[in-house]
Amino acid sequence: MTVSWKLGGLLLGIVFFAAILLVKPIGVSTQFVVLDGVIADMINPDTIVAGAEGPSSPVSYFNKYAKDIANPWNYGFVFVVAMAIGAGISAAARGAFGGEGPVPALWRANFGASPWKRYMGALLGGIIVVFGARLAGGCTSGHMMSGMGQTAVSGFIFSAGTFLTAVPVALMLYKQEG
Amino acid sequence: MQQIILALVIGGAFGAVLDLIGASNPSVLGKMLSLKALGIMKAILLAIGLLLILTFGGQMAGLVDVGHMSVKTAETGVFVGGMILGIGWALSGYCPGTGVCALGSGRRDALFFVAGGLIGAWAYTLAYDSVKATGLLNPILGGKVTLGQVPGAKYDALFPALPGDVVGIVLGLVFIVVAFVIPERKAA
Repeated sequence: MTVSWKLGGLLLGIVFFAAILLVKPIGVSTQFVVLDGVIADMINPDTIVAGAEGPSSPVSYFNKYAKDIANPWNYGFVFVVAMAIGAGISAAARGAFGGEGPVPALWRANFGASPWKRYMGALLGGIIVVFGARLAGGCTSGHMMSGMGQTAVSGFIFSAGTFLTAVPVALMLYKQEG
Repeated sequence: MQQIILALVIGGAFGAVLDLIGASNPSVLGKMLSLKALGIMKAILLAIGLLLILTFGGQMAGLVDVGHMSVKTAETGVFVGGMILGIGWALSGYCPGTGVCALGSGRRDALFFVAGGLIGAWAYTLAYDSVKATGLLNPILGGKVTLGQVPGAKYDALFPALPGDVVGIVLGLVFIVVAFVIPERKAA
């Protein structure tokens, strides 16, 4: 951490509160589906079809997000793009753009310096994380932070499930501290 | 247009804060999940505690619009999906939001995480009808519910007799106390 946990927690709490105060609770993982839908519609223009009652899709899961896929430059999608930009500016400002190279220190200490091994771990992790997030209907932002921050029962159920697997798996994987 | 500006400002601030607290660094997250260094956990607990107190305190004071609440449905799939997500979170050190931030801050492995995320979302899109048929997505415990009954909210409560805003503030205090109490590092 580059700031103390107290300052970090304060800033993080304020950002989530600003979202609820001004617009709506923060969520991220839906936008992976939206981007998939946009890509699918580029490859096959029949993925999203215009109708009298607005855009729809013959693919049932895309149909839930048809309006956002047809016009992705709305709040949710721009928000996620802005997150990447904000993180990039912050990292550059503290001279840390690019991180520690392709292999994070903890991974290197446990699995060695091979970038491709790390890339495959990150790829597999990404597949599992977003599949799980869509089944859960949200991720760490939407369920854990925004959800528990509103006393949503779903947020507590999600967090219980997540830590139930994440902690044992991490204990198994990361025996060396690095 | 106003919505887009808000998305840029709040999203940008969120990304910057996640970078500053180290949430987009897989080593920091991996050390948290393997219980080696809990500073980031303390920050997250403090943030949730503050969010609860600001949200429900603001509602009581009439400063926060209750209509901005957005409560997701409780389903068995939320628990199962959380368990699946947890495995990938531990393996990669990224969750969807921090992976996007890591990509923005130039971490090359995050490119593979985000690509994997798009594959995972696509796999779920294909699986959606079969997942739905299992009943995993049916509401449980009342569906879109909060712990207590929040005055003026469109959501029911798991415990209707409890005042939801007071529950939120008390819970917020509990989160903050826990944030201060848990050790930054495991005792040797």
